[in-house]
Amino acid sequence: MGILEVKGVNKRFGGLQALGDVNLSVQENTVHAIIGPNGAGKSTLLNVLVGKLIPDSGSVMFDGQSVLGRKPHEIAQMGISRVFQTPEIFSDLTVMENVLIPCFAKRDGAFRMHGIESVADEKGLNEQAEMMLDEVKMLDKRHMTASSMSRGDKRRLEMAMCLVQEPRLLLLDEPTAGMARADTENTILLLKDIRTKRGITMAIIEHDMNVVFSLADRITVLAQGMPLVEDTPDKIKNHPKVREAYLGEAQV
Amino acid sequence: MDAFILQILNGLDKGSAYALIALGLTLIFGTLGVVNFAHGALFMIGAFVAVTMQKIFNLSFLTVDETQKDFLGNPLKVETPYVEAWFGDAMGNWLQDWSVPLSILVVIPVMFFLGFVMERGLIKHFYKRPHADQILVTFGLAIVIGEIIKAFYGANPIQTPPPTAFLGTIDVGSWLGFAENTIAYPTWRIVYFGFSAVIIAAVFAFLQFTTFGMVVRAGMADRETVGLLGIDIDRRFTFMFGLAAAVAGMAGVMYAPILSPHYNIGMDFLVLSFVVVVVGGMGSLPGAVLAGFMLGILQSFASMNEVKALIPGIDQIIIYLVAIIILLTRPRGLMGRKGVMEE
Amino acid sequence: MLGLNSRDFKLFIIVCIMALVAPVLLNPFPTESALGQSFNAGYPALMQRFVIFGILAIGFNILFGLTGFLSFGHAAFLGIGSYAAVWMFKLLSYNVVPAIILSVVVAGLFAVVIGYVSLRRSGIYFSILTLAFAQMAYQLAYSVLTPLTNGETGLQVYNGDPQILMSAGDPTVPHFFGITMNGQTQLDLGGWSFTFQNGYYLAAIFLIASFYLSIRIFRSPMGLMLRAIKSNQTRMSYVGLNTKPYMLAAFVISGMYAGLAGGLLAAMDPLTGAERMFWTASGEIVVMSILGGVGTLIGPVLGAGLIKYLENIVSKINDGILHNWFAFMPDWMDNLFVTLIHPFIGKGWHLTLGLLFMAVVIFLPGGLVQGGQKIMDMFSRNKNTDAKDGAKTPAE
Repeated sequence: MGILEVKGVNKRFGGLQALGDVNLSVQENTVHAIIGPNGAGKSTLLNVLVGKLIPDSGSVMFDGQSVLGRKPHEIAQMGISRVFQTPEIFSDLTVMENVLIPCFAKRDGAFRMHGIESVADEKGLNEQAEMMLDEVKMLDKRHMTASSMSRGDKRRLEMAMCLVQEPRLLLLDEPTAGMARADTENTILLLKDIRTKRGITMAIIEHDMNVVFSLADRITVLAQGMPLVEDTPDKIKNHPKVREAYLGEAQV
Repeated sequence: MDAFILQILNGLDKGSAYALIALGLTLIFGTLGVVNFAHGALFMIGAFVAVTMQKIFNLSFLTVDETQKDFLGNPLKVETPYVEAWFGDAMGNWLQDWSVPLSILVVIPVMFFLGFVMERGLIKHFYKRPHADQILVTFGLAIVIGEIIKAFYGANPIQTPPPTAFLGTIDVGSWLGFAENTIAYPTWRIVYFGFSAVIIAAVFAFLQFTTFGMVVRAGMADRETVGLLGIDIDRRFTFMFGLAAAVAGMAGVMYAPILSPHYNIGMDFLVLSFVVVVVGGMGSLPGAVLAGFMLGILQSFASMNEVKALIPGIDQIIIYLVAIIILLTRPRGLMGRKGVMEE
Repeated sequence: MLGLNSRDFKLFIIVCIMALVAPVLLNPFPTESALGQSFNAGYPALMQRFVIFGILAIGFNILFGLTGFLSFGHAAFLGIGSYAAVWMFKLLSYNVVPAIILSVVVAGLFAVVIGYVSLRRSGIYFSILTLAFAQMAYQLAYSVLTPLTNGETGLQVYNGDPQILMSAGDPTVPHFFGITMNGQTQLDLGGWSFTFQNGYYLAAIFLIASFYLSIRIFRSPMGLMLRAIKSNQTRMSYVGLNTKPYMLAAFVISGMYAGLAGGLLAAMDPLTGAERMFWTASGEIVVMSILGGVGTLIGPVLGAGLIKYLENIVSKINDGILHNWFAFMPDWMDNLFVTLIHPFIGKGWHLTLGLLFMAVVIFLPGGLVQGGQKIMDMFSRNKNTDAKDGAKTPAE
């Protein structure tokens, strides 16, 4: 029984079958990659997982509880964090504030009326946020406005915002899309580091095979909304159907 | 039944005005992505063009007629309008009488010009700014325009009669087979409705059948893509701003005989027209027209004595109530498209 | 101090002192001098407006400044507060305490309803929804609910009103347990004359309390959440935060501030009318915040003061005064200047306001506070050592 169990999920947009009977099981403490050509339904699947889309049928269970019909913030409170293709951060706020907000969300829940207390007085949370920033090597930048960061820094900041909540499952939506070679390498290192240090379960959607094969424990290949095959990276590399459908042109 | 039809007719002229203003607002919003709080001011300027034309045609010079005496025994001073002196009495009188419809000819170039100036001089610099800033700067502009008008024309409404040929009422009822004089309706209001229908049809035809219109519609749907095709969207959009201004101006000119213009009518109509745009669906031209007429007619029904006896004062708030209900049940308005202003 | 960091505390103390010594500070010129006649602002009626509209703007800033949601109907809450307060005068007594309490509570209740509905949409839709609600409130007050609002005439206290808590010796004007609002002490010093009015001081104390509360809110976790909503609502929900109750809280707090301001207006002068809720009044609130500096602590107070001060001066100036000023010039120049300035003064105040408004939005989107900071930065660029500290508290 995995921490995330997707069973028989279907989603149609008009005449288009975006997801057809998708089954997926993500085991705890593994990195599970979902790959597939453009239009394979990866993003749709991700949006179903975070509550942005409601599937026509099927079930999505996280840690024994259904996520369907819950709002994104409720799902986040269950312990699912998401990293976006383009980093979603609070650009107008400082780096430190960016990390503090998830700390509050983790401690106080989806809403708490705390209009009189001072943020500066929350010593515990401030320390927690600083330690997190230290871990992603951004402590020296904590007073800078997030919008002034480089793209790589924004990615790391977003990662820090997710990690500081100690999520049970981290969803990554093409974390290296549009990155330069060096940034991609750094991101892989960062993710590996997180993995070994924290043992967080990850589900990752990625185009870059390099990233996928250096991180994933298991891989699910989607094609035209259907799961084509699920297996370990080694087996996937040599799987004829996969080579034909997807890797044939990618030259791994 | 006849009372019912009368209320629909009563709603048509106000509805036409709402529809015309809302149409312009939507054009500007759809093409330029700007929320223009000064659009009501353009409507008002139109109304004051009618006022001005009437004043110009009535400009007179004084002559002393020695052959006649006034009641004090002094030689009679005669005021002769210039237009009568220049074009003869008949022509002069006709010009004075028809000053409102004639103002249409003046208002089109004037409004196009004002539209260009506004867009190039001010609005252009606000494309990249947040919607709040656009609202604020055009709101400031609306105050300024209103105050300038007030400085020149005073704060009181100025009567601007339609041509005498259109005074009085038409017995619409007899056309429709009702007993005589059951549905008598002011002639000018029917003219106004007809005029609005023509303008609306013309705008739609322009957008539908010309290449220019096609590009503009494509731009409304997806500005970036059309921009990528190498088409100079900006110049066309400037023209659209002028067009929207002209539509508002014409709506204003023709409305002057129905509601005597004063410096605040722009804002009165603007607030309601915004509600109309939102109800119709931001960015939807048919939505704007539909909602304009719908709300005009609803307002007219709400001001029936029978309805007011039931719910006192409902005519004052019906539009807002409907708007609130529609926005809550159909957040995109009646005909709004997905993804417009939803960030 | 008082739970504020040292910078905020300094700012708070400055505001306290300014509010308390305003009757002296705002009368820099001798009473009878020409400058005094034109520019002195230290008389009670005007100072009351400074602080009351200051409170209004502080409240508006908690909504617009922090969350970026532009309410175009905030004057509705001001009007509701005033009506509630006058009703308390009519039913209970002229004591301002129940009046002010009720004005805040009633405005808060209305804000819950209006906020709940309006906040289902954001952006321009939110602005138009609030505008629609305010216009509806105005129409209701103006004609529909005449029994409650006395329509066009405006609501005021009549001799026949119940005033059940009124005992024989009580003052027949608004008072705070016997201290009348319009009671005042005059201090004459040479050519100067300073008026200290009870009503002003009551309002000033509320301003100080409002300002203090707003600093606390700005620096609180909730303030942080509200700024985060302005910055990125998507990330808010993926972090696990529900933006709706935060927004509603901000909206209601802001509405209660407006209700307080409305109650105070009624406490200073126990009558009110629907025009207080008209959309131009809402627009004026926006102008004040923008002019001072949206999202800054002190900006809205400055903006409110400046607008009310300018309104007062500009409305008072007439051609005669202008001719006096330009008397040193040759006649033709004098006349030319007077003719040029004429449209902007006296009744032309709204024209000046509109132009000022446009100028601020176009050239100084950050308002006066940001303008001031820019100037300060220019002077202190050389000793730019503690820039890090400056970045830490962007909301001054």
